[in-house]
Amino acid sequence: MSGHGLPGAPHGEMAPDIESFAFTEANLEHAKVVLAKYPEPRRASAILPLLHVAQAQHGGWLPRAALDYLADFLGMPKIRVYEVASFYDMYNTEPVGRIQVRVCTTTPCWLCGSDDIVRACKDELGCDIGESSADGKFFLREFECLGACANAPVLWIDDEFYEDLSYDDARAIVQALKRGEQPKPGSKKRKASMPEGGKTTLLEPVKPWKRSLDETPKDEAAGEGKGS
Amino acid sequence: MPKLTIDGQEVEVPPGSTVLQACEAAGREIPVFCYHPRLNIAGNCRMCLVEMEKSPKPVASCAMPAADGMVIKTDTPMVHKARKGVLEMLLINHPLDCPICDQGGECDLQDITLFYGPDHSRYQENKRPVTDKYLGPLISTHMTRCIHCTRCIRFINEVAGVEELGAVQRGEHMEITTWVEKALTSEMSGNIVDLCPVGALNSKPYEYKARTWELKKTESIDVMDAVGANIRLDSRGPEVMRVLPRLNEDVNEEWISDKTRFNYDGLKRRRLDVPMTKKEGKLQPTDWRGAFGAIREGLDGVPGQQVGFILGDLVDAETMVLVKELASALGSPNVDCRQDGAKLTSGDRASYLFNTGIGRLEESDAVLLVGANPRWEAPLVNTRLRKRYRQGGFKVGRVGPAFDLTYPVEELGAGPETLTAMIDQGLGSQIAFADVLRAASKPAMIVGPGAYARADGGAVLALAHRFAAAFNIVRPDAGWNGFNILHTAASRVGGLELGLVPGEGGLDVAGMLAAARSGEIKVLFLVGADEVDLSGLEKSFVIYVGSHGDAGAKVADVILPGAAYAEKNATYVNMEGRPQRSKLAIFPPGEAKEDWKIFRALSEVLGHTIPLNALPEVRGRMAELAPTLARIDEVVPAAWTGAIPVGGDVVNQAFAPAIEDFYLTNPIARASGILQECSRLFVDGHDVKATGTHG
Repeated sequence: MSGHGLPGAPHGEMAPDIESFAFTEANLEHAKVVLAKYPEPRRASAILPLLHVAQAQHGGWLPRAALDYLADFLGMPKIRVYEVASFYDMYNTEPVGRIQVRVCTTTPCWLCGSDDIVRACKDELGCDIGESSADGKFFLREFECLGACANAPVLWIDDEFYEDLSYDDARAIVQALKRGEQPKPGSKKRKASMPEGGKTTLLEPVKPWKRSLDETPKDEAAGEGKGS
Repeated sequence: MPKLTIDGQEVEVPPGSTVLQACEAAGREIPVFCYHPRLNIAGNCRMCLVEMEKSPKPVASCAMPAADGMVIKTDTPMVHKARKGVLEMLLINHPLDCPICDQGGECDLQDITLFYGPDHSRYQENKRPVTDKYLGPLISTHMTRCIHCTRCIRFINEVAGVEELGAVQRGEHMEITTWVEKALTSEMSGNIVDLCPVGALNSKPYEYKARTWELKKTESIDVMDAVGANIRLDSRGPEVMRVLPRLNEDVNEEWISDKTRFNYDGLKRRRLDVPMTKKEGKLQPTDWRGAFGAIREGLDGVPGQQVGFILGDLVDAETMVLVKELASALGSPNVDCRQDGAKLTSGDRASYLFNTGIGRLEESDAVLLVGANPRWEAPLVNTRLRKRYRQGGFKVGRVGPAFDLTYPVEELGAGPETLTAMIDQGLGSQIAFADVLRAASKPAMIVGPGAYARADGGAVLALAHRFAAAFNIVRPDAGWNGFNILHTAASRVGGLELGLVPGEGGLDVAGMLAAARSGEIKVLFLVGADEVDLSGLEKSFVIYVGSHGDAGAKVADVILPGAAYAEKNATYVNMEGRPQRSKLAIFPPGEAKEDWKIFRALSEVLGHTIPLNALPEVRGRMAELAPTLARIDEVVPAAWTGAIPVGGDVVNQAFAPAIEDFYLTNPIARASGILQECSRLFVDGHDVKATGTHG
């Protein structure tokens, strides 16, 4: 295994390893919805979403029992599930803290100061990268590009992105999570990835326009006969 | 047919070929690690890079489909530089332990490094540590040596058909492993040792035992089942150190089963190496003269009718010729080579051969298994069936006990009544499969020992013939014979070809044993026969001729030590009727002699000298008795007469499995510690991880 979670590190509130695993009633319903997206002979294709469901159900990591359960659930060899679960970084196959704090440290984020964000997380959580906090509540790790480079640097905590961060922002977010609050996701400075300080283009209001199949848009109608 | 130019030479290759195959067709050798012609293409080692015109980068020839007009160069500075780069990368994490590596001397990586390797390492960092994995008692692992070609994964998934091996993690952290420290449960698993291009997967029993260059290599034939797999025995001095497959496309391709590969330690254990006679109720060592003298006394005044010969599963054809001659000289009609109680008869060859041929099974499009479990009875036949299944458009139905054959099988019924029902009409799945068989262009049926080796076996065989006729399984006009008998013993077809079945008024195996118990048969020769019920033979004089101290030797009054398959030049006929010759790799231990010589010498002592003094003479006589046996490595097709054998009444009783324990079917296998371990693990189900103190 990849070796995150130091041996002997206190597990605290971490989800324990378990002998057997089964989806809860609600998750079973959800799994059926996922399965409905794939033709029956391609059941195994549902493995990725279902691994996420199982990981969420078990507090952030996938015990072997859960992988075995999914193998049986999808009718695929166990080793195939193990391969998938160990291939993707999003799945944890060893006990980790329940809240997943992932710092993007790929080039754009790094240029925009991800080192500060890493430092902020370390200071606040008291653990190093690849470790869980002493109370077992948080798991801190580095991540490859999260695809939000326009809003670098980025923190990805559980299902939310926190963007355009500074050292203090990152600490504040983690502190809020520690208190059990849910900080507001998204950029700290601006709306989505719009320019800071407001728009620089498209300043005039644009009339929303919805195409109806019955009417020909004016500009297209005007343009008719020009082409071909 | 695409036409390519390889290094200025034009070649034409069949559509669907790859550039690599085209290069090979042009006589160019391309270095490969991950590519294997019998496995899916992975394209992950990148060693086979070649230069292609109009491509800015070198291409991986194994994964590039050959197209018309391609111009390929295999010997340019660009190709060399690319391959050197790839090899340097592969060597980054490869340890420099060739001097202690079992693969040393036959290692692809070593060989290719000789041509493309850098003269020194530019890598200053630590090499990657990888824990060794547990893959069972047959395969040892040194995972730091692994270069991730994934041949083993592909073999286990595709050919062996058990999805148990995989690659976890990714990139630099990738590791080959089973599902958490479980042994591989395939009976073909040993082949991944051969497939591994480096020393990551080794044979556990052979580990650190020998170096390849000190081994004497002898071409031989396997006797563990009736497939007649072509093997190579690697020996050092008086010991067989390992068994490897030889290529034979028609028989075993390049695979062998684990029983074939790992029985060799059985050649060293429980051996009979000195003649013995029973004195005061105890077997005592003696010399050949003493043993022969005891037999002459035992036979003194016994009419031929009261002498019996039972031949075991590993007997070679030469020995059978001598046994036949001796029996007729003694006037005994009681000779039987069908130790398992098979109701097959000699004479009509097509009625007891695997007529389709193992290789031609790949042409078939529907197969019905009748009382057969090819996975255990003939693993390489099962491998063919799985290969055919993977090509698609193939249906397999089964009448008999269920068993996982690694491909889907339609269960049609349990016993002979299913065949009767299908001929008439049948029910449900039977009707559906009957339609499949009728619609098939090359239908086949495989009748196993579970069907023909039982009390009403003759009747079941007659029923099978009627079934074949009803479903038009045999189509001589189309050159197709789909009627197949699956044999389990290396000796059986040879015996049937030579006519070692009871003569007029003679008794078969069961009859002989019953008569021996009642005292009607006074002298019983067991020629390597250990797998029959030998209890209660006190009233008769039992002579055991064979190589191992197994069941037969226990009840014997005289033991004549014979040679095992590695210790003689012998002919074996496989289930297709293909005679093949094995060569002597090592000498028999102690006083043991080649079995045919024992009978030759015995005949002289008994006053019925058989005038066959040398191997060519024995083989000459063999050719007289069965002309097909003179045509080595050839299958002489058997003419289909269409005659339905007379068989009596069928008992409607479910077909039972013929083999209880795949790993322990004959005296050599039972003597083998490795196979005993396999049996404990895979058949009895004690799947415990071996600790450091094991073997």
